Amino acid sequence: MYEQVRSIVSDLLRIPADQISAASSPENIEAWDSVQHLNLVLALEEKFSLQLSPEEIDEMKTVGDIAHLVEGKLQVPPS
Amino acid sequence: MTSDPKGIDLRSEADRMISAGSEALASECLAELWRKEAGGVAAAFLVSRFEQLRGKLPLIPYRLAVLRSFTAEPAIPLLRAEAFVRGIDLTVQLADFNAYPQDILDPDSSLYRFAPDAVILAVQTIDLAPDLWHQYADLAPQAVSSAIQRVSDSFRQWIRSFREHSSAALLVHSLELPARPLTGILDAQQGGGQATAIYEINRALRQSAAEHRGVYVLDYDGLVARHGRLRWHDQRKWLLARMPIAANHLIDLAREWLRFLIPLSGKTAKVLVTDLDNTMWGGVIGEDGMTGIKLSPEYPGAAFQSVQRAMLDLTRRGILLAICSKNNPEDAMEALQNHPGMILRPKDFSAVRINWGDKAQNLREIASELNVGTDALAFLDDNPVEREQVRGALPEVTILDLPENPLAYASVVQDCPAFERLALSSEDQQRTTLYAAQRDRSQAEQGFQSKEDFFRYLDQEAEVAPVSPATLARVAQLTQKTNQFNLTTRRYTEQQIADIAARPGWQVLSITVHDRFGDHGLVGVAITRDDDKTCEIETFLLSCRVIGRTVETALLAHLAHGAASRGRKQLLGWFIPTKKNAPASEFYRQHGFEVSRQNDDASLWSLDLTRRMIDSPEWIKVS
Repeated sequence: MYEQVRSIVSDLLRIPADQISAASSPENIEAWDSVQHLNLVLALEEKFSLQLSPEEIDEMKTVGDIAHLVEGKLQVPPS
Repeated sequence: MTSDPKGIDLRSEADRMISAGSEALASECLAELWRKEAGGVAAAFLVSRFEQLRGKLPLIPYRLAVLRSFTAEPAIPLLRAEAFVRGIDLTVQLADFNAYPQDILDPDSSLYRFAPDAVILAVQTIDLAPDLWHQYADLAPQAVSSAIQRVSDSFRQWIRSFREHSSAALLVHSLELPARPLTGILDAQQGGGQATAIYEINRALRQSAAEHRGVYVLDYDGLVARHGRLRWHDQRKWLLARMPIAANHLIDLAREWLRFLIPLSGKTAKVLVTDLDNTMWGGVIGEDGMTGIKLSPEYPGAAFQSVQRAMLDLTRRGILLAICSKNNPEDAMEALQNHPGMILRPKDFSAVRINWGDKAQNLREIASELNVGTDALAFLDDNPVEREQVRGALPEVTILDLPENPLAYASVVQDCPAFERLALSSEDQQRTTLYAAQRDRSQAEQGFQSKEDFFRYLDQEAEVAPVSPATLARVAQLTQKTNQFNLTTRRYTEQQIADIAARPGWQVLSITVHDRFGDHGLVGVAITRDDDKTCEIETFLLSCRVIGRTVETALLAHLAHGAASRGRKQLLGWFIPTKKNAPASEFYRQHGFEVSRQNDDASLWSLDLTRRMIDSPEWIKVS
């Protein structure tokens, strides 16, 4: 999951994947502006077939947060 | 969706090709990646890699400015990726939100300083006519009329102002209807309603666009309706990021823009080459015979009649059809000529290759016979193996990827953006007939011993005339498309031609030719500029279909006589060599001009009109 998210961020921001860590965020990557943040939301929704709510988008601060969030959404809820 | 191992392989493959300097292979890898994974993430990858390949691939540069009232940023990489795959290097400037009135009205705005080739004005109904969108149910009839008037006038004013400041192409989004009319089912009843009001604005927009050259309406409402009004709009993203379009439809917006950008940049397909078995009819003629192939108004033959109808529609836009089929010629021709279900007939095809040979080689021959480059061909074949073979051998050919189900074939032909056209001349509408006459001429020529005897037999008549509103589209089109007999290869839009023709001292002339076999139509353009003592030929070109018939001499003679009668002492002309115009390199020399200046990029030729004149060929009657 973390690897997939990292690969998406790497492609969108045009930064080699090995320069991206779990702590990477708009705070420490200059190319990660609001336009790219929107592209990232769209890419995640497309790739994992999910919808992110405004609250969830707020929670997406770092690459690690994003991976954690997506993982949580993909887990099958207990019946 | 899980990650696709083949997809990842294509990315590293593309990077390997780039490092190895195999640009064409890298480009093909990237195109394949796009076919498999078109979307935001792949777009970012494609754009970054194609930017590295700039300068090493024959891409057409094109500058696009987008004025907008909503978030369109995510559509731009999709558009650029689609464009790159089709050979266009798009530089896109996205204007600030809602800056479009100032950007258009202010002659010093960043819009004009960007020097775009084309501008898209994408504003939504909710932004331009919020009263009609939100409050229609409250509005009295006068309020509705004044809203319609207000928005129609705005469009008219912006288009007029834009045209005053720029000769770039302008694409204006028409207004879209809401998914649900505010008055419910009442809206569709007599007296009109919200939909009628919005369509009234669109009608006025079409009219304003028609009053200027190079202004086009993008039927945004049609685009939304085609995909489904309910699915197109994303309320969540609209509220979150002012992006009204659902993420999965952004690519449909990009593709709609491309349907205009492709004809604008000239990357169109001029010929559709089609297979026969299981493409134009169901089954294999050599095995199923005339009674066994499926071609009728009923299922499943109806699907093939539809795709034939779609191909026939293309010929009305000036696109030629050709056949490339692995078959016995007798079997295939019998079906083409005699099967009652055929919509197309042999006369609709300008070139035919029915044999057991390699399709790529046949396509090369077809291109050569029709005097077009292989990059002007599109290829339709149900067999993916044949498509891959052609793709590998001729990457510049536009391949139409047919799905499994024949019911979808016609829409693939209709959706292919390489067949879009922004103007239709009478030449376009008759092109197939013109090519048939050309074949007759070539056959006749073989019966003559001397060229002069053939020229006399042809009985050519030519008319040289200044460009007029009726011929403007064709004149501009010729400057954009003619590569071989083109001395300076200057490309002009209709607006630019109109501007030049209006300048004092300038002439834009066209030559129209017909002979005993029929009308060639408008086949040549000459643009000249008078100076104090000289007349300089800025543009001199001739369509390849009349090369070698001395029409060029007749046109040059006309220019020379005209310049002399206006008191000019010298006739000057530049020759700017390109990869394709070698046939014209000796033109001025052959007519008695001398080189007066030469450098690496061009040579300037001059004819002293006080001492020499050019005679028009005796076998062409010029008026």
